[in-house]
Amino acid sequence: MDVGIVGYGVYIPRYRIKVEEIAKVWGMDAERVKRGLSLEEKSVPGLDEDAATLAVEAARNAVKRSGINPQDIGAIYVGSESHPYAVKPTATIVAEAIEATPDLTAADYEFACKAGTAGIQTCVGMVGSDMIKYGMAIGTDTAQGAPGDPLEYTAAAGAAAVIVGKNGGQTIAAIEDTYSYTTDTPDFWRREMRPYPKHGGRFTGKPAYFKHVLSAAHGLLRKLQLTPKDFTYAVFHQPNGKFPVQAGKELGFVKDQIMPGTLVQKIGNTYSGASMIGLAAALDQAKPGERILVVSYGSGSGSDAFSILVKEGVEAKRDIVPKVADYIDNKIYIDYSTYAKFKQLLVR
Amino acid sequence: MRKVAIIGVGLTKFGELWDVSLRRMMLEAGARAIEDAGIDGKKIDAIYVGNMSAGQFISQEHIASLIADHAGLTPIPCTRVEAACASGGLALRQAVITVASGVHDIVVAAGIEKMTDVLTEQTTEALITAADQEWEAFVGATFPGLYALMARRHMYEFGTTEEQLAKVAVKNHHNACSNPCAQYQMEITVEDVLNSSPVTTPLKLLDCSPITDGAACVILAPFDRAREFTDTPILVAGTGQASDTISLHDRSTLTGIAATNKASELAYKMAGVGPNDIDLAEVHDCFTIAEIMAIEDLGFCKKGDGGKVTERGETAIGGQIPINTSGGLKGKGHPVGATGIAQAVEITQQLRGEAGKRQVSGAEIGLTHNVGGSGGTVVVHVMRRGD
Repeated sequence: MDVGIVGYGVYIPRYRIKVEEIAKVWGMDAERVKRGLSLEEKSVPGLDEDAATLAVEAARNAVKRSGINPQDIGAIYVGSESHPYAVKPTATIVAEAIEATPDLTAADYEFACKAGTAGIQTCVGMVGSDMIKYGMAIGTDTAQGAPGDPLEYTAAAGAAAVIVGKNGGQTIAAIEDTYSYTTDTPDFWRREMRPYPKHGGRFTGKPAYFKHVLSAAHGLLRKLQLTPKDFTYAVFHQPNGKFPVQAGKELGFVKDQIMPGTLVQKIGNTYSGASMIGLAAALDQAKPGERILVVSYGSGSGSDAFSILVKEGVEAKRDIVPKVADYIDNKIYIDYSTYAKFKQLLVR
Repeated sequence: MRKVAIIGVGLTKFGELWDVSLRRMMLEAGARAIEDAGIDGKKIDAIYVGNMSAGQFISQEHIASLIADHAGLTPIPCTRVEAACASGGLALRQAVITVASGVHDIVVAAGIEKMTDVLTEQTTEALITAADQEWEAFVGATFPGLYALMARRHMYEFGTTEEQLAKVAVKNHHNACSNPCAQYQMEITVEDVLNSSPVTTPLKLLDCSPITDGAACVILAPFDRAREFTDTPILVAGTGQASDTISLHDRSTLTGIAATNKASELAYKMAGVGPNDIDLAEVHDCFTIAEIMAIEDLGFCKKGDGGKVTERGETAIGGQIPINTSGGLKGKGHPVGATGIAQAVEITQQLRGEAGKRQVSGAEIGLTHNVGGSGGTVVVHVMRRGD
């Protein structure tokens, strides 16, 4: 596989709501919730933000960081479970905004929280087979959690974009290989016309998240004949603070490998954005020669695992646009009533 | 009336068995019991299966036929028995009566529940159908709520404390740690219980038995034929069943279950023993308060002393009267229809001396106590070594 990453960019809305603020409204014990989810606060999209605007911000950062001509992008795939339109695509909005139109193919993907990494795989295939020069994959979400549902503490907003191209002077990291593990496991779903997802409670753990994440990681390690020691960073989908750490430990990774790409404590679960923002955070600090494992998870269910080897070019491109930490630190706390207004729970 | 013996027992793992169907659980428990009895399946004459609500949990009624069919045992009679959480105990009693009457010789008593295929709130709704719909469920009662009322009254009348309630859960989790079939093989502390999420005052999450999938099976034979199959037949020496008002508010007391008094009185009388003769018991600890009331109502201690007796460790293995050595409903798990049979499995293994690390030394006589709803049905069995 002679394909790599030529640029990446993220975007996280600046609004935050703390667990305490949500717990207060529902009469829950905030300390217990924080301990249970291993999470402090989550990001909240502003009134004028949606999955499309988040995707555009991340895509612009990725193009700027890569230094490529957006007209050379031959494909854009946007993965999300909160696309603003049920029928017209988000990908065309992004393509138009970054001036990649009209010589490209574009489509929206949906696979719960792993639609973005599914887009990376498509781009890898298309670039690798010389169908296109560059492909862009985006994971973006303004996640929905019903008021009062445990999901409300974690369902957050964020986006990440990755531009895939042939390995060479421009690549900042090589995608060594990818492996997916997929079954029909309905642990979390949202039916047509329903505003909020439903979930199987504890069923979302062992037979869903852990089975797929661990199987995908094992599959990739086996395929590449690598062990956890060969990786500096291990990034997992992060629906809460506990799952990625537990998954990593079961695979044989230690906290120093897991924590740099685990951001859920500070921004919540950004759904399709989550594992890709984690990858971006690892790229933000990785040195050439270091290796990153990324394992996404999408309910329904599947996991995509990637082994990414960091290249020389990474440092030169790092500071061109804001990094993950810059977005995490740039925050404004809001109370539940403002949150309710932003989430349009209050309608005039 | 013929004497009846247990010649084989089988149990599935209890827990969230998301990848195991009801029919597969039943076959697993059944196959283990058949293997344990060393019997040819063709010799089985009839099946009784306790099941509270496959209709609500997995939309499958008529599981009697399903089980006979998938066990390859058609055309023998198979009967489903329902008395809410006492369905298993009642299936055992029906099977015992059938063998005792001489109608059948080799009879299977099974119990099964598949509870985790639906969401927790749906499970709660299904379970409360065992209470009075018009007078309890419609006004919002749930089983934790009903048992909390009993707990509050017990605390008020007898000074029972939340710490004493917690000790029940701590002991049962400890026992479950030595039971490979148990759902929760982990120790907890009194502080863990007291700090767990409030459910309905004074009951916290760790005062409540869990939602569980599981199946259990025992095989019965006339006592005088039992030696054909086993060297250690377990005699079902006494069986007792009693009913009471389905609604809690129609009872004369909230601090005990009258049907437990009555059913145990019948079972003791039939077995020719009293509470002091019992070496160990599996009681219906659907909530911690239920175990405290059970040991009082069964006569193991004075009314009102259940909390203190528990606090002193008298109900632990090695204590005066070990209670719920299997881990009970709290630690082992509570697949409602299977619970009554699983209790008989535990007592059988204990009396045979096959209970491993949780063995009560020198156990000769054991008791099972299975409650339906808040006490509308109670089934008690007394068992003793048959050699």
